[in-house]
Amino acid sequence: MASCQPDHKPPAGVDLLLAGFARALRHAGVAVTSDRTQSFLRAASVAEAGAAGSVYWAGRATLCSGPDDFPLYDRVFASWFGGELPTGSRRRTPVSRVVEAGLGSDGDEAEGGEEAVAAVASDVEVLRHRDVAELATTERAELARMFAALRPRPPLRRAARRVASPRGEIDARRTLRDELRYAGEPGRVRYRRRGRRARRVVLLVDVSGSMSPYADSLLRLAHAVTRAAPRSTEVFTVGTRLTRITRAMRQRDPDTALTQAGATVPDWSGGTRLGEVLKAFLDRWGQRGMARGAVVVVCSDGWERGDSGLLGAQVQRLSRLAHRLVWVNPHRGKAGYEPVQAGIAACLPHLDDFLAGHSFATFAELTEVMADA
Amino acid sequence: MNAVSPAGSPAASPAVGSPGDLAARLARTGYLADEGLATVGFLALTMHRPLLVEGEPGTGKTALAEALAECLDLPMVRLQCYEGIDASQALYDWDFPRQILHLRTVEATRRPDADVDVEEVEKSLFDERFLLARPVLAALRQSPSVLLVDEIDRADDEFEAFLLEVLSTNQVSIPEYGTVRAATPPVVVLTSNRTREIHDALKRRCLYHWIEHPGLAREVEILRRRLPEVPERLAAQVAGAVQRMRATDDLIKPPGVAETLDWARALHALGQRDLDVENAAETLGAVLKFREDAQRVRDSLGRLLAR
Repeated sequence: MASCQPDHKPPAGVDLLLAGFARALRHAGVAVTSDRTQSFLRAASVAEAGAAGSVYWAGRATLCSGPDDFPLYDRVFASWFGGELPTGSRRRTPVSRVVEAGLGSDGDEAEGGEEAVAAVASDVEVLRHRDVAELATTERAELARMFAALRPRPPLRRAARRVASPRGEIDARRTLRDELRYAGEPGRVRYRRRGRRARRVVLLVDVSGSMSPYADSLLRLAHAVTRAAPRSTEVFTVGTRLTRITRAMRQRDPDTALTQAGATVPDWSGGTRLGEVLKAFLDRWGQRGMARGAVVVVCSDGWERGDSGLLGAQVQRLSRLAHRLVWVNPHRGKAGYEPVQAGIAACLPHLDDFLAGHSFATFAELTEVMADA
Repeated sequence: MNAVSPAGSPAASPAVGSPGDLAARLARTGYLADEGLATVGFLALTMHRPLLVEGEPGTGKTALAEALAECLDLPMVRLQCYEGIDASQALYDWDFPRQILHLRTVEATRRPDADVDVEEVEKSLFDERFLLARPVLAALRQSPSVLLVDEIDRADDEFEAFLLEVLSTNQVSIPEYGTVRAATPPVVVLTSNRTREIHDALKRRCLYHWIEHPGLAREVEILRRRLPEVPERLAAQVAGAVQRMRATDDLIKPPGVAETLDWARALHALGQRDLDVENAAETLGAVLKFREDAQRVRDSLGRLLAR
């Protein structure tokens, strides 16, 4: 289809122009594969007879895989073909606004300036209980290995599908099928019962400035959880924006996963608008089903710079949807910590578990709580 | 699950010539498609590709398939997905009780001295009359037809892989029976509410479209078409109020077109000719299904209805 002859016959020229557009789109960050390009060329040639906007719609239907791709697509389309976008292409639903919940870049709160205490040769057992914010580089490497060795169990729930079992309700279908096999002679009665499936886990990791000493460990933990049950785990980062990093987290290698996540997240070590971003999560994903019946884990220090009333209302909404709502706060493990800040105080009544999350031991404990949820 | 309209012959409806043609035909059934949807729908028909539509709940994803079936004069087969759905519920199954009955009948009616042709009996067991055609097989057999795979995001991902296989070959092989192949591939519409990401392989196979909430003019038009008994003034007021509700963005569940229709229907049933603060407050339950939403809107009804 994509002609490789360098001549200037019109069809080849058009194909080249369109294929070039697909390539430009891929460079801009939309996952365009060669079979998608092929479909696009076909769709464009079929749609040629139609109105002027047909190439736009043909491309959107074949090259984009979700509404997240639309803003990029529109931008590349406008710069590649020039001119106006067809009417009706502008989004009215709040979808794009949600992910890029751009809430302005606030001044960073550099609370991460705690001195890294260089401890000498620490034993693994000691390392387990050390605050990850205070580790030296070599210890971090050791910790990364410990995270890689972590094998969290996914939480389970009863599924609608029934499986054969030695006990349970009578499985009439299977019994009859057996009977058929023996030419209609009645045989053993078969039983079945409801099976079990991995319950969905949603991790919301705060990557704002005040959490930056813990972000690396929390993301490694998120990676371990995702690898244990890739299809039923979703990971988001929370800061001034909400970013979905599930795809990056599904990578096998933890370092690749973290690098990829790092490239996706635009608001490392910025401020937090926890309430607004939680609302964005609930509007866009949570309400629709992602948080429904899921184990939702929020990893944050609850430092809310916005309205703590909004945060409280959103956490309440989240707790009504979720099967179990777990809040992990690294400061909780510190001596003398009291959950008195307005943000965390507004959330506390709606939480099922409020855990510490500052050392490997507490992270391991978290995986146990999640597995038993 | 069932064929909705009587089987239309393929020759009954001439091929759709352009996106505009498709839009006009859809409009005749009462479904108003914008330029984007008409173009993508036209492409799906011409390229014989499945059409994956996503969008907010209540934007008419399922109605699109129904309208397509009606305007192309094809039977529609609907497969509602749910968790744990598998091939025996989507494709075909054997009617075991009837097969056993059949066996017993053969046994009871055979003369004691006659030889039994085992092969013949077996063959009669896997006859077409014992085959229960589930939606996908039914659609392939009746093809040309419209197959609606509703809420694919509710099914498990194993089911997606299975569906992908059927959709790319347009055939189903039944080991005991043979292969059922559709002469013309059915028009396939998949819908999803995005509770979970659909696998990339399936997405690549499909044409993708995101359905937006309609703009004011189109929503009024939809109201007028679907509810011709509602006076135009009321329709415009209802559509305007719903549009403003969607624009406020602090609602847990912004109302969809289905809710707009319900609201207009409710007001009309009460004999109202104008939307005012009082009757809006009384009928708010038709549009907003969350207590918090209703509370918030009730507090600002005056502003919402002011123009």
